[in-house]
Amino acid sequence: MANLNVNVCGIDFKNPVIPASGVFGYGREYEELFPLSALGGIATKGTTITKRPGNPAPRVAEAPSGMLNSVGLQNPGIDHFIAHELPYLLTKDTVILANIAGSTIEECVEIAKKLENTDVHMIELNISCPNVKQGGAAFGTNCDSAAAITKAVKQATTKPLVVKLSPNVTSITEIAKAVESEGADAVSLINTLLGMRIDIDSKRPILKNNVGGMSGPCVFPLAVRMVWQTANAVSIPVIGMGGIASGKDAIEMMMAGASAVQVGAAIFNDPLAPVHIIEEMNEWLDSKNIKDINEIVGSVKPW
Amino acid sequence: MKYKQGLYPIIKKENLAKDIFSFEILCPEIAQISKAGQFAQVKVAGKFLRRPISICEINKEKGTIRLVFAIKHEGTEILSNYTENTMIDIIAPLGNGFKTDENYKKVVLVGGGIGVPPMVGLSKIYGDKAIAISGFRNSKAVILQEDFEKNNSKTILCTDDGSEGIHGFVTQPLEDILKSEKIDMVYSCGPTPMLKNIAAVAKKYNTPCQVSLEERMGCGIGACLVCACKIKGENGETESRHVCKDGPVFNAEEVEW
Repeated sequence: MANLNVNVCGIDFKNPVIPASGVFGYGREYEELFPLSALGGIATKGTTITKRPGNPAPRVAEAPSGMLNSVGLQNPGIDHFIAHELPYLLTKDTVILANIAGSTIEECVEIAKKLENTDVHMIELNISCPNVKQGGAAFGTNCDSAAAITKAVKQATTKPLVVKLSPNVTSITEIAKAVESEGADAVSLINTLLGMRIDIDSKRPILKNNVGGMSGPCVFPLAVRMVWQTANAVSIPVIGMGGIASGKDAIEMMMAGASAVQVGAAIFNDPLAPVHIIEEMNEWLDSKNIKDINEIVGSVKPW
Repeated sequence: MKYKQGLYPIIKKENLAKDIFSFEILCPEIAQISKAGQFAQVKVAGKFLRRPISICEINKEKGTIRLVFAIKHEGTEILSNYTENTMIDIIAPLGNGFKTDENYKKVVLVGGGIGVPPMVGLSKIYGDKAIAISGFRNSKAVILQEDFEKNNSKTILCTDDGSEGIHGFVTQPLEDILKSEKIDMVYSCGPTPMLKNIAAVAKKYNTPCQVSLEERMGCGIGACLVCACKIKGENGETESRHVCKDGPVFNAEEVEW
């Protein structure tokens, strides 16, 4: 058994596998299948200052080797999260990344302040949700606004701050550098890609929101490329995600430069995906006689 | 919520009507904990998202559940090509089933099209205390009437084109029944406009009604929040709830149509 322990921003993860925000709720539903302590960490459902009802259904559509969603940040609000979800999650012996989002900088700052008095391990600031009209991706698609929100939230918290980036930009490395320069402790990428499906019989988009975020194995090569470029552009850790569905995918993402990985859509296909990925990573490392997962981070040898 | 995920064999496959198939699946640990009105998330080869399919029948002694589904698009078409002895990957039982009560003296089960299958599980529970009203497009689409009869439930058949049974919608015989006798509960599953009409008829006759809703799903277990539906909360406000975890069965009065 290789060492799977990784350290990101001073936080120890027993392994580098983290269910991504949005697919995993607050974890309870999956405990029927495996103990949450098996996971390196959990990125919780994106939480806003007040309760949000989300977008109208349908909110999901199939894609070739993937899916689109337009949930629209439905969540019970930060006070509910702190009172009813976080204490439970903190008993699970795994790293908790509180994913937060807001429609203004002030909202994000207020959420970060509320989390300051909790034992949550890290904050993942979502500046990349494609499914909400205000905030969300609006912050993440422009260097100045990405820098400004990062700066403000960083000042409001002593927790390690991970900024989650959008792939729906001209240059993700420029955004990554902008948030790094204002104090981001790490970046996580990629959020979903904006996509669309149409029912050709009714001429109606399948998603009631017309468009939605695409994820799943279909985005994996693009995510690997963006993680590789970003890891080469910044000196803070990169948490890689986008279409990881197997242990080998996770290894590939880490070779591209990810210090840890998040698993999203794959969980819908295989609810045990995070656990299977951890097992497969172990098997692969053993088969190559690699003793420590950290040896593979950024180990790609580009031509 | 108790559910299992695993690979289980299809021990019997039937083609019930054009584009409608029945799989009997040997999955004792799932059968033991399943209730009428719950569903399974079925993995389909080559498709990313699982397909939610309602449980038609549960046989705890035999350790089987039966899934009946219609070919809608590519996913269900692939599924329809699975043969007996194929191992099928399912997560089940999911959702809350129908609320049943052994003290009920008479219930009406109203199914429309592919909403008929979950009514069979209720017919097994209520036997001759149940009247099963089933609606289909035409005589070629009729399924499962012999299953209700096997359970000694009375059957009333409707077709949209009058090619078999009553020419018209299920709401007419439902109204006739509710007008003339005391019914303890109306259970229904089918297309949303049909459910809405059934809910209105039940309300008119002051009869409680449970409806099983359908929505495109992601995880099926309540984590991803994609299968949203509008439900009236206790304080009268409309709330986003989820078909997979909070449903698929709701009291008709709670649903914001």
